[in-house]
Amino acid sequence: MSREEVFEKLNEVFRDVFDDDTITVTDATTADDIEEWDSLEHINLLAAVEQEFGMKFNMGQVVSMKNVGEMADIVISQIS
Amino acid sequence: MRELEYPFDSEYILKKSKRIKKQLLEEGKATVKKKIAVLGGSTTHDIIRVLDIFLLNQGIEAEFYESEYAQYWQDIMFDNTELISFAPDLIFIHTSNRNITDYPTVGDSGEQVEALLTEQYKHFEVMWEKAAQTYHCPIIQNNFEYPFYRLFGNQDAVYLQGRISFLNRMNEKFYQYARDHANFYINDISYMASAYGLDKWADPFYWHMYKYAMCMQAIPEFAFNVSNIIKAIFGKNKKSLVLDLDNTLWGGIVGDDGVENLEIGQETSMGQVYSEFQKYIKAQKDIGVMLNVNSKNEYDNAIAGLNHPDGSLKPEDFILIKANWEPKSKNIVEIANEMNILPDSLVFVDDNPAEREIIKAQVSGVAVPEIGTPEQYIRVLDHSGFFEVTNVSEDDRKRNEMYKANIQRQQQQQSFGDYREYLISLQMQGTIKAFEPIYMARIAQLSNKSNQFNLTTRRYTQSDIEQFAADDHYITLYGKLEDKFGDNGVVSVVLGRKDMAEKTLHLELWLMSCRVLKRDMEFAMMDSVVEACKECGITKILGYYYPTAKNAMVREFYALQGFTKIAEDAEGNTTWQFDIPENYEKKNTVIRVNE
Repeated sequence: MSREEVFEKLNEVFRDVFDDDTITVTDATTADDIEEWDSLEHINLLAAVEQEFGMKFNMGQVVSMKNVGEMADIVISQIS
Repeated sequence: MRELEYPFDSEYILKKSKRIKKQLLEEGKATVKKKIAVLGGSTTHDIIRVLDIFLLNQGIEAEFYESEYAQYWQDIMFDNTELISFAPDLIFIHTSNRNITDYPTVGDSGEQVEALLTEQYKHFEVMWEKAAQTYHCPIIQNNFEYPFYRLFGNQDAVYLQGRISFLNRMNEKFYQYARDHANFYINDISYMASAYGLDKWADPFYWHMYKYAMCMQAIPEFAFNVSNIIKAIFGKNKKSLVLDLDNTLWGGIVGDDGVENLEIGQETSMGQVYSEFQKYIKAQKDIGVMLNVNSKNEYDNAIAGLNHPDGSLKPEDFILIKANWEPKSKNIVEIANEMNILPDSLVFVDDNPAEREIIKAQVSGVAVPEIGTPEQYIRVLDHSGFFEVTNVSEDDRKRNEMYKANIQRQQQQQSFGDYREYLISLQMQGTIKAFEPIYMARIAQLSNKSNQFNLTTRRYTQSDIEQFAADDHYITLYGKLEDKFGDNGVVSVVLGRKDMAEKTLHLELWLMSCRVLKRDMEFAMMDSVVEACKECGITKILGYYYPTAKNAMVREFYALQGFTKIAEDAEGNTTWQFDIPENYEKKNTVIRVNE
């Protein structure tokens, strides 16, 4: 899966989880950019990403992840 | 909503909960509002999010109070003012084995473990006692799930120092408390965790990362389970199973294959599956679930199939047996009508997806589970929680008999020319008295379940009912009705608030079970209300009717009782007045009351 394809799918997950079709995520997107993305919604978001790509984040990754770009990197490393 | 019925797609629910909630609110399925306090020993955010939509789907619009992280104990013990002013209708205490603060250690003696057990248990007991005193509402408490590792391996359940042993003993103490306290219910997360798979359920990632007591993906099943207890407490259980016969209660088609060739009994694997299913259904009847048949069959063939020597279900276990060639949607509506219950109290069980679709499309409100293949029937019905048990009353156990007696009464009615003559022939005996302790549970149950013959549709918990009974400012009356065909149990409830300055009684609640419609029980109740008023010097009675989607049948009820309408607002709420005459003439002439 290419990075673009991963982003496309990530975008869908974000839209579903936050129920907002106007969201478009980029490498630099962080929780500050999406109003409803707080620490509690973050848990649900990660679970939805894991389900979409059939992978799991480990604790170290969750703790260090800084933006959507890093999230995409982890996804790619796990599914390729 | 299909997406929220068991078996459901948990990932989908977690992801789409916001959209699902919007849809449910638009559909307007919820008929009651309840305030629910979720007091957690771990994170509860997503639990509430998902519980919210399951409750909406069960007809309950919940407003939530959420304790701060792990403040379940402090909130109750130190009278959190926010919680006090929230005034919950129900408290759910969400704790887990992570909330045990001190476990036995290897060197502890039996006595030391015992002391520790008492200490850990008392921590919870004092809180329940305080909560009951302060809030007078139902409490749901999690038991403890097993930990995800065992220090003593297989002997962890054996050695008193083992955590498994310790948690089992804690749980038993919780259960004993539940046995001794009517308004206290266990949410069995130990069972949930094992059914889900403990290793997945207890994945430490979710605890250490987010302080969730279980994995994220288990939350929908967990929340669904809690929603079943809540809806049962608030009287929203289903009442009746409507069952297909061929390939549902036995393998094969009785009309084609003949009774002797049906698969039921111990000879074949499939026969064993159906035998087990019939036993399960029969046991449902014993806990108060009413059984009916809706089958495309010649009637005689249906009866022959039900008389199969290896089946546990017999024709007499059913209230109505509709075996004919009419559409099943027509039969099921007739079943609801003849039993005087609403279609949304019915669960339709049929192996044929086409028949299920017809019922779903034609008869709104009926639950139509996707029951899968025969070996899955029991699990799907069981985990769906349609008949979640909160207490099994004597009434529940006798319900099938009561409804059958009702059908017999209808048949007898047809042989009488004069209706009054028929009523007299029933030899009815009424008991109408102030609320009594043994009936409090039943009275609360009625206040939550009665929709049609209910003037104000006010819902009360058992503790509310107990408080009214103890309050001098209220006239409380329950009505119980027996006749020659059987005992109907408590069927009517009237609650009136006295205003002694005005010598007026305000009727805050008047309801009756539809199983005794047209028996003049409502007139007997009126006579007793008047009598109770006279005893305390009240001269005027005010009745109120608040329309809902379901109670149109009693819109003119007070007119029938001789009241005069004195007010009506834009929503159709009406107020009625009755001035008690010097010599009030009793309205009931067919039921002998308190004799």
